[in-house]
Amino acid sequence: MMTYSLIQTALELGLISSLTVLALYLSYSMLNVCDLSTDGCFTMGATVGAVVAISGHPFLSIPAAMAAGVLSGFIVAILQTRMGIDSLLAGIIVNTAWYSVNIAIMGNASLLNMNKTETVFTGLKGVLDGTILSDSYRLIIAFIAAAFVVAFLAVFLKTRLGLAIRATGNNPDMVKSSSINPAFTTIVGLCIANAFTALSGCLMAQSQKSVNIDIGTGMVTIALASLLIGRVIFKKGGITTGAIGAVLGAIIFRIVYTIALRFNMPAYMLKLVSSVIVIIAISGPYLKSRMPLYAGRLERKRNNA
Amino acid sequence: MQEDWRGNGTMLEISHISKTFNPGTVNAKPALEDLSLKVNDGDFITIIGANGAGKSTLFNAISGNFYVDKGSIILDGEDITFLPEYKRAVNIGRLFQDPMRGTAPGMSIEENLTLAAGKGGWLSRINNEQREEFREILKSLDMGLEDRLKHPMGLLSGGQRQAVTLLMATINPPKLLLLDEHTAALDPAAADKILSITKETVEKENLTCLMITHNMQSALELGNRTLMMDGGRIILDVSGDERRGMTVQDLVDRFRTLSGRALDNDRMML
Repeated sequence: MMTYSLIQTALELGLISSLTVLALYLSYSMLNVCDLSTDGCFTMGATVGAVVAISGHPFLSIPAAMAAGVLSGFIVAILQTRMGIDSLLAGIIVNTAWYSVNIAIMGNASLLNMNKTETVFTGLKGVLDGTILSDSYRLIIAFIAAAFVVAFLAVFLKTRLGLAIRATGNNPDMVKSSSINPAFTTIVGLCIANAFTALSGCLMAQSQKSVNIDIGTGMVTIALASLLIGRVIFKKGGITTGAIGAVLGAIIFRIVYTIALRFNMPAYMLKLVSSVIVIIAISGPYLKSRMPLYAGRLERKRNNA
Repeated sequence: MQEDWRGNGTMLEISHISKTFNPGTVNAKPALEDLSLKVNDGDFITIIGANGAGKSTLFNAISGNFYVDKGSIILDGEDITFLPEYKRAVNIGRLFQDPMRGTAPGMSIEENLTLAAGKGGWLSRINNEQREEFREILKSLDMGLEDRLKHPMGLLSGGQRQAVTLLMATINPPKLLLLDEHTAALDPAAADKILSITKETVEKENLTCLMITHNMQSALELGNRTLMMDGGRIILDVSGDERRGMTVQDLVDRFRTLSGRALDNDRMML
């Protein structure tokens, strides 16, 4: 039996990680860039947010983490649009670099504890104390953050800049002939996407009351798995439907993971499972399209035998 | 025909441009060789030549797909030799043979048109006034697209996509329109339709236009001037009375004399 608190935790984690899924919705689904700096950027959001919160500014931690994300996205975008580095490689390089930077941000430590730190979560907890919602403060913040990002994307992706970003992933030649520089739209898109990734990391760390240097490891695969699950649910539909699908995908992923844990799957299997989901989701349609070929070959073999 | 289209000024002046691909390697290939061309304001020039003659390469050089090794390109008095492709696109519209190249298939017709129109600030959204404008110009195509503003571009036929691409290229009338065999991939009926829309648009906006074609007959019938290319050079440039009296056979004969070999383009239609 799953208890209510387990479901609630799954929902919280799902909503918080859905911010990273929404970031990939922008970079992977819209811009058609596989941003492998996601892991490092997620960790950077967590470390910057934690350091700012520990220094006594719980609410400043949110914009600070997002600003760090923008910077991270900007650097990875400059590497691929202006310096001739392949986009996958650019992500890997930035990811590696951020390992050192994140340890430096945490003050030469690989772990920060926030047990006694005032965070956005403890802030709301104080407000809701004694009310019926007193146990739901984490869920409320996670929900507000996800709703804010979904609403932002729903509006932004229909502005002219948003259209240009979508077109960059769809047909960069057409963007150029519309007198728009695809390098510019890529830079803007990756800055925004990584702001959400960093926000995701910041909230994750504050809800867990600790950061360690591995907090973001494998995030890109987990988020991709969630994104692809969401895409399966909403095959059709517009931009907003897709964004909501990304959030639902993240929640479903967490709930399934929680159930699997209840059936005694060890926690360390999370990353293997998410990798398998990504493999199935991406290779599935390809293998399906090859089925007639395989069937044809098999038949040829049988006839010849 | 249509001698009166010509304005007085020079719209495009290409001086001694050269381009070699893969220079310094065994695959080095001179694609354009000391090519010069002066295009008058209002000219409608047709360009013919065998495969690999450098026709598309010339368009790539003009539109900024690559930078030339030598020479200069001046458009309406502005030196654009080193201007990046997306900036040249403000003044240069281009259509390709492949109808898929000009539009974003995953986005709706109105979204494609919005990007091409480029009006309003970065954060502006499509409003009803714009939709009305789009409906109006789509109506002029007479393809029933005015009721399908929200349909994804990818669902349209090749002819419909090419028609919308033409609209997008001319929605802000460019100083120069480059048509790179833009009807070659379409079925004959669609090709005729696109060609007639092209003629109408060019005449209405009095556009200066270069058109590559493999149809020798329409090369002589359309526009006011015909160029023949070979080996990265312009080997024939006819207009006026000389062109008016020309037949397709004359063109074939001239090619043989000028290039020293027979016209061997299997796609060339006589």
